[in-house]
Amino acid sequence: MSILTPLRGPQAVYALNPVAKLAAALLLSLTLVLSIDWVSAGVALALETVLFFWAGLGLRVFFLRTLPVLIAAPAAALTTVLYGRPAGQTYFQFALINVTDGSFELAFATLLRVLAIGLPAVVLFVTIDPTDLADGLAQVLHLPSRFVLGALAALRLVGLFLDDWRSLELARRARGVGDSGRIRRFASQGFALLVLSIRRGSKLATAMEARGFGSSIARTYARASVIGWREGVLVGLAIVVALVAVTVSVSTGHWNFIGSQG
Amino acid sequence: MLLLGASGAGKSTLISALAGVLGSSDEGEERGSLLVGGARPADARGRVGLLLQDPDSQVMLARVGDDVAFGCENLGVPRDEIWRRVGDALDAVGLHLPLSHPTSSLSGGQKQRLALAGVLAMQPQLLLLDEPTANLDPRGVVEVRDAVARVLEHSQATFVVIEHRVAIWQHLVNRVVVLAPGGGVLADGPPDDVLRTRGAALAAAGVWVPGHPPSRPLRAPRGAAAPAATPAAAPYAAPGGPADTAAPAATPHAPIRVSRLESDELNSASPLGSDRPHGAEPPLGVSGVGSAPLRAGGNRTGAAPLLIARDLAVARVKGTTVATGLTLDIEAGRATVITGPNGAGKSTLALTLAGLLAPAGDTPARTHPAGGQRGASDTPARTRLSGRAAAQPAGRALTASDAFAAGAGPHPIRWKSRELLTRIGTVFQDPEHQFLASTLRSELAVGPRALRLPQPQIDARVDELLDRLRLRALAEANPFTLSGGEKRRLSVATVLATRPGLLVLDEPTFGQDARTWAELVALLAELLDEGTALVAVTHDAEFVDALADAEFRMPGSLNRDGAV
Repeated sequence: MSILTPLRGPQAVYALNPVAKLAAALLLSLTLVLSIDWVSAGVALALETVLFFWAGLGLRVFFLRTLPVLIAAPAAALTTVLYGRPAGQTYFQFALINVTDGSFELAFATLLRVLAIGLPAVVLFVTIDPTDLADGLAQVLHLPSRFVLGALAALRLVGLFLDDWRSLELARRARGVGDSGRIRRFASQGFALLVLSIRRGSKLATAMEARGFGSSIARTYARASVIGWREGVLVGLAIVVALVAVTVSVSTGHWNFIGSQG
Repeated sequence: MLLLGASGAGKSTLISALAGVLGSSDEGEERGSLLVGGARPADARGRVGLLLQDPDSQVMLARVGDDVAFGCENLGVPRDEIWRRVGDALDAVGLHLPLSHPTSSLSGGQKQRLALAGVLAMQPQLLLLDEPTANLDPRGVVEVRDAVARVLEHSQATFVVIEHRVAIWQHLVNRVVVLAPGGGVLADGPPDDVLRTRGAALAAAGVWVPGHPPSRPLRAPRGAAAPAATPAAAPYAAPGGPADTAAPAATPHAPIRVSRLESDELNSASPLGSDRPHGAEPPLGVSGVGSAPLRAGGNRTGAAPLLIARDLAVARVKGTTVATGLTLDIEAGRATVITGPNGAGKSTLALTLAGLLAPAGDTPARTHPAGGQRGASDTPARTRLSGRAAAQPAGRALTASDAFAAGAGPHPIRWKSRELLTRIGTVFQDPEHQFLASTLRSELAVGPRALRLPQPQIDARVDELLDRLRLRALAEANPFTLSGGEKRRLSVATVLATRPGLLVLDEPTFGQDARTWAELVALLAELLDEGTALVAVTHDAEFVDALADAEFRMPGSLNRDGAV
């Protein structure tokens, strides 16, 4: 699975404009980081879970791709249990560790929050094709095409860097300098990779220039990047989820702005 | 038009100038005038299409269709028109793939054809090709050449190509221009005239001119290395061959131009001259197993092989085996070439033999003597099936003879990096991967220094190599600033500095001009005669002809192999 060949499929989620996906994910996470109560995060997560069924990712793919989030969430919760701000009854205390009612509640809220922000972000991002994203950024958001397409072309070199890195490693062993410490080797090999990548980059730049990139002619786009009703629905859904989560939380009195004592 | 000239005559600079990608005035000096269709090249972009040498740096986007469309987008062509042109351009280069096909899965030849399609879609009036086939295997060369031929039939565009190998384009061009080193035009005219009058001079300057093959070294007779040699068994001892006369002389030979007749005799006398009939044996054995003439050659030297591979499986990345069931011996003073189609795992095998990659399914070290395993591995069908099992029983895979290992253990992959230096030297396909220092002199000293040789000895070795490989004048230059041929010579020299007993080379002659080629082959022949073993991955038929004592043809893709 290369960085440039993302998941593809017939479902709507794949065809949605990446700019809308970015907007939806951003909207959700910005709303949810405002508070650290368990209610808003729980409501958002419940609503999102329903939506995931329409996302079109198979169960296996879903769990594989979201695995980092699924591991990170309990880990974050555990640390909060042990070190979270103490409140209420104390269950266990050792050195800095202080397990209390308050830290339990905080940990639960953290767990839900990491999931509620992380899962939709992953689901939306793994289905983004970098080429489509570049089209969207240049055509919908009108970012400079020079910058966007340059970055897109550079992305293609990432795969080549991996091959280069392996070859450099072997070459160092062959040249008799492969026995030195791991850190030192890593540093010098990193520098060699930098040199190689600059050379590759300048070759690519020449090739792009030869195809008229960077000329003064107004650029056209072979692929249209459009925002339609589907994109509207996605962003609308994100707004609804965020609003419901905040409303339930505020009305049940659990909402607390980050930083304020609650 | 075919643009020729010695290395450094300014061919690529001229073509970059024509394409208007030479950079601005702060990157160099500019004098005189250059007009393309009456305009300055930088303003004529789009009217000029340029195809470069490196397939990897010319693919810009992830999907075939998008990549072809890229140039048109930059020229502001309307959307409908773009996709019509994309279809036409892909047809013209014969690349019949879906538009959404990922560009990362294309072969080198396909990538070059894709880049050509991208250039064509811009509908240039001037088509510039800068050594478009230098990095391709023979099949890719033909692919690209034929695509260009097809395009020229249907196009009015002016066509300019730079190429070392004249034969590829000779029949597609109607004008040859030869640039003089240092400026000026040396010759300009129809191909036949220019090649007839300038052929010899061009060949001497490193151009591959048909009818002017580069000089080939004469190898010392194989029997000379071993006193017990029986002339009848020596493959080169054909009646009238050089072995009859030169047998006692074991001195290394300077490069000698071999007349066509002599070299043909050599070839037909060598076991490589024809496709060796293997009988029922699948195409895997080289020396030792499965091929009678070579086995005779192997026994002739009387010494144990340096490396023994038995039913070896190789993988570039752990877990993805690219070839299995590989059985071969590497012997001192003999050149083994590894040939086969792209993707068959040739380089991977070479790097495994070089002790850089672990054999696939490697298990912890186990000592088994180098001899005494021949019988066990002679049933490839059975062993190949079990070869893919996770654990690899002793007696398979790769072992070094005790004499070669000299105390470092039987498994080259477990040798320390420093221990490899005096045993196996590897020349990588891309010389830039193996450069470590900022000057040639310090680059050559890296190996000897790692061996902790005394300084005077390091200096002596470095000086000797600088002279031997004509790099003296560049001693203080940065390795990355060298020309392609110089980089190749340096990468070989760095390896020779530690005097390894086995030399492993990955595509040593790729993209080399005729002069570097001849020097390289002469040097390798000399090393072979001194007793160094050689393993080379190559597509270069002339290289095989000139040097190989044994050819190991890769069994092909794993799928086909697994069906046995």
